[in-house]
Amino acid sequence: MKIKAKVYVLGDNIDTDLIIPAQYLNLVPTIPEEYAKLGSYAMAGLPDSEIPYVDQSTGKTPYGIMIAGKNFGCGSSREHAPVALGAAGCQAVVAESYARIFFRNSVATGEVYPFETAAPLTAEFKTGDEAEVDVEAGTITRCADGKVFTLKDLGAVAPVVAAGGMFGYARQVGMIKSK
Amino acid sequence: MNKMTMTEKILAKHAGLDSVKPGDNIWVNVDILLTHDVCGPGTIGIFHREFGDDAKVFDKEGVVIIPDHYIFTADEKAHRNVDTLREFVKEQDLPYFYEPGTPNYCGVCHLGLPQHGHVRPGEVIVGTDSHTCSHGALGAFSTGIGNTDAGFVMGTGKMLVKVPETIRFVLNGKKPDYVSAKDMILRIIGDIGVDGATYCAMEFTGEAVDALTIDERITICNMAVEAGAKNGIIPPNQMTLDYVKARTGKEFTPVYGDPDAPVLKEYVYDVSTFVPCVAKPHIPSNYAPARDCTDIKLDRSYIGSCTGGKLEDFVMAASILKGRKVCIDTFIVPATTEIAEKLLTTEIDGKSLVTIFAEAGCLPVAPPSCAACLGGPIDTFGRTHGKEVVISTTNRNFIGRMGSKEAPIYLASPLTAAASAVKGYICDPRDL
Repeated sequence: MKIKAKVYVLGDNIDTDLIIPAQYLNLVPTIPEEYAKLGSYAMAGLPDSEIPYVDQSTGKTPYGIMIAGKNFGCGSSREHAPVALGAAGCQAVVAESYARIFFRNSVATGEVYPFETAAPLTAEFKTGDEAEVDVEAGTITRCADGKVFTLKDLGAVAPVVAAGGMFGYARQVGMIKSK
Repeated sequence: MNKMTMTEKILAKHAGLDSVKPGDNIWVNVDILLTHDVCGPGTIGIFHREFGDDAKVFDKEGVVIIPDHYIFTADEKAHRNVDTLREFVKEQDLPYFYEPGTPNYCGVCHLGLPQHGHVRPGEVIVGTDSHTCSHGALGAFSTGIGNTDAGFVMGTGKMLVKVPETIRFVLNGKKPDYVSAKDMILRIIGDIGVDGATYCAMEFTGEAVDALTIDERITICNMAVEAGAKNGIIPPNQMTLDYVKARTGKEFTPVYGDPDAPVLKEYVYDVSTFVPCVAKPHIPSNYAPARDCTDIKLDRSYIGSCTGGKLEDFVMAASILKGRKVCIDTFIVPATTEIAEKLLTTEIDGKSLVTIFAEAGCLPVAPPSCAACLGGPIDTFGRTHGKEVVISTTNRNFIGRMGSKEAPIYLASPLTAAASAVKGYICDPRDL
């Protein structure tokens, strides 16, 4: 699978209050219209001086790939965070490292691919650049000059990601019955 | 058999294995699943979507529902979410529902859970809240999870867990007067950083830990997640066992680690060198001694939450505020109904804590809930709306955490928050 999209670039320690402020946690992700609404508030906690992440006319983001530094998603266990990104149209986050619960929630829900990079990429891209993530090859390519950067192997969670999330994986390994 | 830490031993036991090692991915049997009004409805949605409309929870006694986040608000969806929990409890006939608007309401889940006997040493607790790591204070393995994992646990009683490496913090010495558990954990997070324990268990031992009360242990384990940890954990002592036995009739077996079990890293501290401190905006690792921050003028002091809204937190605050006046808006939010009742009955020199707060000029004591710790709906008590500079006994100071993106938050102990409320700027309680 390949994901070709514009990137949105952030720094270290992007916390869940930035990704989805608590004010919007009254929305329930399993209710379809509230799922979409959560997407429209993705990254609403960023300071107002930042480039808006979501296009308010569509409720979607023009940036399908997020690039960030260390400890992305720190803070709350709110699954609303990967859900908001996924619902906004973000398909992959490429960060130097993740906070544990955000990473786990991304994998469990299948909302976004949480890729790690060996070296920081935050200086290699700027918001609005085109990039292509090749999920199978484990690479991200800067489209402007074709430069390829390696993504870390997903490791132990790769089968869960491949199964589309925790429930798909648990059914594959026979932990729960097929639907 | 390899030597194991207490976290490893609890997980091995709950996976039916003789031994595990860090990095193993194992299916663990869960004793308690905790959820609340913010993540419960989504968890229930996933549970029914995946297991069917007629599905039943894995164990009625194992699902504890404590609404606490958005209770005292006019927000319609917040009320709708509590209604969703109410209907689910009825449908599943769940015995442990601490329902708002009834005498069963208990307030903040991380204090309600131990106070009502649902936290037992040696057990596995998961909850849809990152501060579920608090319950390691009583010697349980306890960690925060998302709705999808919680929906899975709800249906199966099992969770896929990667066994964490353990980082051990050995705290020696005696903490000085006016230094509290909050100062200890802020100092540790300041040293190791907000990702200093990512994926790891933070195990706290040593004579200074053994001397800590239950409330203080909760403060320390509560903030393990602010260093990225999967869980925080403290070996239970006799005081822990007495606390738990007074609250549950259920049998439990405490689990202790092998003294020579290998750990990823060990930090040794002499807490007699610790000082009252704050975490400056906008990250909990931004440590500074309170004495270095006296130039910070404040608009508000907030004393509450699972971290800093326990009975002993209010005793500390009252010990400072007795006979003094606050000069900034000072918010008192007990975490639970049990704590709120004790504010009326606990006295210092013949005066109840509530009277001391009133005479000091604090705002009237709020009903127990998470309140402004995480901002929340716009009518939430204590929520920031402008550029208020806040000193708070809560656990996070991210941008916008208490509501307004422009309101900077300084995290501190109840002693420092109270002393600063008297002065109107950040004040080391020793200097009052």
